[in-house]
Amino acid sequence: MTVGLFIPCYIDQFYPNAAIATLTLLKKLGVDVVYPTKQTCCGQPMANSGFEHLTQGCNDLFIENFSEFDYVVSPSGSCVLHIKDHLHADKAEDKALGIRKKIYELTEFLTDVLKVEKLTASFPHKVGVHQSCHGQRGLMLAQMTELVEAPFSKPLHLLNMVEGLELINLKRPDECCGFGGTFCVAEEAVSVKMGKDRVADHLNGGAEYITAADMSCLMHMEGILRRQNSNVKVIHIAEILNAQEF
Amino acid sequence: MSTGAKDHAQLSDIFNEDEARVDWHDETLWFVRAKRDKAAHGLPEWETLRETASQIKDNVLSNLHDYLLQFEANAEKNGIKVHWAANGDEHNKIVHSILKESGVNRIVKSKSMLTEECHLNDYLHKNDIEVIDTDLGERIVQLAEEPPSHIVLPCIHKKKEEIGELFHKHLGTPEGASDPVFLTAAARDHLREKFITRKAAITGVNFAVAETGEFVVCTNEGNADMGAHLADVHIACMGIEKILPLRKHLSVFLRILTRSATGQPITTYSSHFKKPRPGQTMHIVLVDNGRTTQLGREDFRNSLKCIRCAACMNTCPVYRRSGGHSYHTAIAGPIGSILAPNLDMKNYADLPFASTLCGSCSNVCPVKINIHEQLYKWRQVIVKEGYADPKKAMAMKAMDFTLSNPSIYKIAGKAGRWVLKHAPFTVNNKLNLWYKHREMPEPPKQSFGEWYKQNNKND
Repeated sequence: MTVGLFIPCYIDQFYPNAAIATLTLLKKLGVDVVYPTKQTCCGQPMANSGFEHLTQGCNDLFIENFSEFDYVVSPSGSCVLHIKDHLHADKAEDKALGIRKKIYELTEFLTDVLKVEKLTASFPHKVGVHQSCHGQRGLMLAQMTELVEAPFSKPLHLLNMVEGLELINLKRPDECCGFGGTFCVAEEAVSVKMGKDRVADHLNGGAEYITAADMSCLMHMEGILRRQNSNVKVIHIAEILNAQEF
Repeated sequence: MSTGAKDHAQLSDIFNEDEARVDWHDETLWFVRAKRDKAAHGLPEWETLRETASQIKDNVLSNLHDYLLQFEANAEKNGIKVHWAANGDEHNKIVHSILKESGVNRIVKSKSMLTEECHLNDYLHKNDIEVIDTDLGERIVQLAEEPPSHIVLPCIHKKKEEIGELFHKHLGTPEGASDPVFLTAAARDHLREKFITRKAAITGVNFAVAETGEFVVCTNEGNADMGAHLADVHIACMGIEKILPLRKHLSVFLRILTRSATGQPITTYSSHFKKPRPGQTMHIVLVDNGRTTQLGREDFRNSLKCIRCAACMNTCPVYRRSGGHSYHTAIAGPIGSILAPNLDMKNYADLPFASTLCGSCSNVCPVKINIHEQLYKWRQVIVKEGYADPKKAMAMKAMDFTLSNPSIYKIAGKAGRWVLKHAPFTVNNKLNLWYKHREMPEPPKQSFGEWYKQNNKND
C-alpha cells in the first residue's frame, strides 16, 4: 500500500510541524508514504468564495500529483471534503473520481483503513477537542449533536489511546469556530465573535491545549488566544497522536 | 425592510458593537436550540419522521400543479373562495379588493411570513387600511416600527425592558414595568378590544390539504382563531408550496413542526379551517411570488420544502451572533439566504456568503433541505452572474494563478513567510481584517516542503 501525502498549502507554509507529525505517524504505523513535491492547494479558498470555475488549474495539478497512489491522506478534514465533493476534470474524470474515492482525512484513515487500536503515544495534558465542521458534518468523523443517532467519534477513539491525556468537557461540543475560509475576513465581526466564544468554552473547561483534525480552525483560534495573551496552545491532532511526552 | 445599502457583514459589524447583547442573543437562541434537541432526542423515530416529511414534500414539489388544482376544487366545494396571485403585488391587490368589497378598513392579522414577504402591511397602510398584528411578538415589532427579526420569535432581539418601554408608550402600562406576565396581560387586554371590533381577519396557512380543501393554522396564542372566529371575513394567505396531499400527512408535519421550532410536542392551537360558518366569507389567496422560478432551479428547488420552523436560524452560529435584521429580508438566517437570491439576486448577493458552511442548518432541518450545500451553490451562481465584488474577482484570479503553478507557489509562500518575519508591520495593521482581533500565525523557519526536501534527499 502506497499513500500519497497531501499537505494543504497553509499547513505547508505555516504549520510544518503538523505535517511532519502526520508523516512520522504514518511511517511509524508501517505505511509507505510519498510526498509529491509539486502539490499546492485543493482549490477550496476559491471555490467557497464562489469561484469554483477558476479551480481547474488546481484540480489538474492535484490529479497529476495524486492519481497513482492507493490512498491519499491529509491532515485536514476541510480540504479532504473539498476534494471529495468537488474534484473534477473534463479530460480525466475517471482519475478525478478515483481520487475522490480514495482520499482520507488522517483520523478516518487511521480508524477505517489501518484500523488502529493501539498507539504508543503519551501527552499528559488537559486537552479540548474542537470538532471541525467539515470533518464532522461533512466527512462524518464524529456523530453530530443535531441528529438522533448513536454516538461515535474517530478523533476521540484515537485520543483515548494516548497515555496521560485528559479530555475536557465543552458546553457546546460541535459549534463552529467561525473560521470559514474567506468568511474570516469577509465577515470579520461575526467570525471573531464565534472564535472568541469557542475559545472561551475551552478555557472554561480548563484546557491546556485545543486540538482538532483541521489546522485552519486552530489557526483562527490561535490568533485569538495569542491576542488575549493566553498560555493555552493549539496543536494538530497528529502531533498529539505522535507525541512522546512524559 | 430598508437598511440603506448595508450588506450582512456591515450590519453584523454594527450588531457586534455591543458584545454583551450579542452574548445575550446567542444564549437566548441557543436555549431554543437546546429545547429542540431535547424534543427531538425524545423520539427514537425522529430521523424517520424527518425522512418521511422530506419525501412527502418531494412528492408535493413534483406534482404541485395537480395538488393545487385538487385543493382549489375541494376548497371551492367547501364554500371557500380561492384566488391566485402571481406575485406579491397581485396578492396585496387581491387582499385589498376583498376588504374594499366588504367595506372594511380596520383588520386584525395573525402571523404570516408570506404577508411579510409581500409587504402587505405597508400596502394596506398606504391604502388607508389599519392592520393590527395579533401575534404578541409581531405586535411588539409593529409598535416598534420594525420588521420581525425571526420567523417564529419575531421580537427575539428585544429585551423585556425594551418591550416594557414600548408598552408604556403605546399601551399605557406603568413606566418601568417589565414583568413578562404583566406585559402579556396588558397586551391581551389591548388585543381583545381589536378582536371584538374588527370585521375582517387575515391569517397565514401552515398546511393546506389537497384531499379535503381544508387548511391548518398553527399558533401558540390562539390569536389566529380569535381573529378568524370573530370576523365576518377570513382571508388566509398562503405560498403555493404549503400543500400536503393527504390529511394523514399532518400526523407527520404537526409532530415535527413545533419540536423543531420551540421544542414543544405540538403547537397549542393547530386549527383546521374547512368551510366558512354561516354568514362568514372565507378566502384563500394562493401566492407564487417566485416560487415557480425556484421550482425550475434544479439545485435550489427543494428549498420550497421549508415549513418555516426556524430551527436553522436557532442553530446557526452566524445568525445567533448577527441578529435577524442583518439579513435585510423578511426571512432571515440560513433558509432566508437560499430563498432571497431567487427573488432578487443583486440585492441579496451577500446572503449566501453570510455562512461558514458548517452544515448545522441542514442537520436540524425537519424536511432535510440541504441548506449549506445550496449556500455553496448560490455563491457559484452569484459570481457567474456578475454580482461579486470586482476586487475579490481579481484576488481570486491571482490566487488561481499562484496555486496552479507549484514553483510560483513556493516562491510566494517563502516571500509571504519572509514578510511576516521581517516586515510584520506590513500585515499587522488595520488594513488587514484578520489582524483587527487576531494575531497572525508565527512564520516557521521553513515550510514542510523545504523540510521534506532536506530530510528526504532520495525522493
